[in-house]
Amino acid sequence: MSTFDEVIAADQRIEPRDEMPEAYRKTMVRQIAQHAHSEIIGMQPEGYWITRAPSLRRKAILLAKVQDEAGHGLYLYAAAETLGMDRADLTERLIDGRQKYSSIFNYPTLSYADVGVIGWLVDGAAICNQVPLCRSSYGPYARAMIRVCKEESFHQRQGYELLMTMMGGTAAQRAMVQDAVDRWWWPSLMMFGPPDADSPNTARSMAWRIKRHTNDELRQKFVDMTVPQAERLGVTLPDPELRWNAERGHHDFGTPDWDELKRVIGGDGPCNAERIANRRRAHEEGAWVREAAAAHARKKEATP
Amino acid sequence: MDLYDDDFTGDGHWAFGTGFRDPLDGVPMTPASPELAERCLALGDDALVMSHRIQEWCTRAPELEDEVALANIALDLLGQARLLLARTGRDEDALAFHREAAGFRNVRLAEVRNGDFAHLVVRLLVFSTWRLAVLERLRGDPDPVLAAIADKGVKEVAYHRDYAARWTIMLGDGTEHSRERMERALADLWPLVGELFTRDPDLRAGFDAVIGEVLARATLKVPAGTAPPGPRGDDLAELLAEMQGVARSLPEATW
Repeated sequence: MSTFDEVIAADQRIEPRDEMPEAYRKTMVRQIAQHAHSEIIGMQPEGYWITRAPSLRRKAILLAKVQDEAGHGLYLYAAAETLGMDRADLTERLIDGRQKYSSIFNYPTLSYADVGVIGWLVDGAAICNQVPLCRSSYGPYARAMIRVCKEESFHQRQGYELLMTMMGGTAAQRAMVQDAVDRWWWPSLMMFGPPDADSPNTARSMAWRIKRHTNDELRQKFVDMTVPQAERLGVTLPDPELRWNAERGHHDFGTPDWDELKRVIGGDGPCNAERIANRRRAHEEGAWVREAAAAHARKKEATP
Repeated sequence: MDLYDDDFTGDGHWAFGTGFRDPLDGVPMTPASPELAERCLALGDDALVMSHRIQEWCTRAPELEDEVALANIALDLLGQARLLLARTGRDEDALAFHREAAGFRNVRLAEVRNGDFAHLVVRLLVFSTWRLAVLERLRGDPDPVLAAIADKGVKEVAYHRDYAARWTIMLGDGTEHSRERMERALADLWPLVGELFTRDPDLRAGFDAVIGEVLARATLKVPAGTAPPGPRGDDLAELLAEMQGVARSLPEATW
């Protein structure tokens, strides 16, 4: 048994200088980069509403949240760098489409209620996915996840609190919330990835203790967690098949449109092109700034 | 399966704890005189409008570190705006979302449309150098509330000035191209500097000294002459249309 296998078997952490199979390293790079990209692209759908927030308190909350996402991106890119990757290179891979980000951010945000629903459902789903990753086998990623999860859970409560406030407001506000729930529910369920039967990498990722639970287990956990929250809020989840199954001790629910997930992952979602174009523009418009900073640093080195 | 096996109770749950000190904790709150309310309104509007222009940079910054720093600066200014608007004795949201452009008391430097990153850096350098001088003086204001707000603001704005000064030096003394952009931004924004000192003309000398030192280290020149600014455009009206749109479309709503 190699050292790597022993560490995994003992449920301990793999650190950057440790030996690891090339496939493990590649899987970690792909997963961490994809997560980092998701944080950065995820700033866009909510960031749009910062300058439009309907109260100064909500503006401050949203601005702080989007700032947290930039911070999460930063420490996830740093975790990827421990595997020999370079942030600039990863950014290139994002904007030329070689690396992916979460499909959820390819849906549009149409009203301020979307800010609350993203906090409640999208951050809620992210927490379900990420809390087990705090015990993921790759040390730098697991440690980054601890901080990310704490902040995400803060965001999730704030989103839910916004929705509670809106549901206690006018009929128009309640309608906005229901409309946003209708639009975000199924894409949120898709955040857990394809069904287990159609997820070829799950078994290996579980054997390597990168993943702790299958996609379907996490999806079920999310549904069970969310149903009572929806009831308290007073919204209807848009799934006629959703009901409590006493025998299983879980909720039964309908099947997400997996073809839609494939299309969105494949680049054909409502906002894919816009999200990447925005990221590319920011990167290109910042090129002269980064060049100037590098040139200045070289001058400083030349004249100590 | 226990997803919440972390200890999610108590203060340790939050990344920065929950023990934020209220800057107005224990400060006696008396009704503001019309003169004090007017001063707080102007200082609050400066912060609110400037914060908005920095918020517009969100997802557009040249590096992630700047994304975080700019959001931080925008948040600080938004926080100052909220305390100052509250000190006028009126509702912060009524002031922010239900006033027309003509009722805003901010300086033009805060409201003009964004340009490139050099424009942002120069605007932030000028704005924060001036505002830091204003707030430092206000720490000794007879109104204890305004003095406490200024005391908190001084620490924040000192950081904003530092951030802008560092970028001024890097871009001024970076590449030929970055230097040209900085010169253009200085030329564009300099006509708006004069207005800053109509309230406190005696702060100008200290301002000139700081700007002179930063620009010298950036190998940039302080723009010569004091060309009068052009006519006021519709920049603020356009900004407010975006900022106030949602709030005004649902006037009975609670947020």
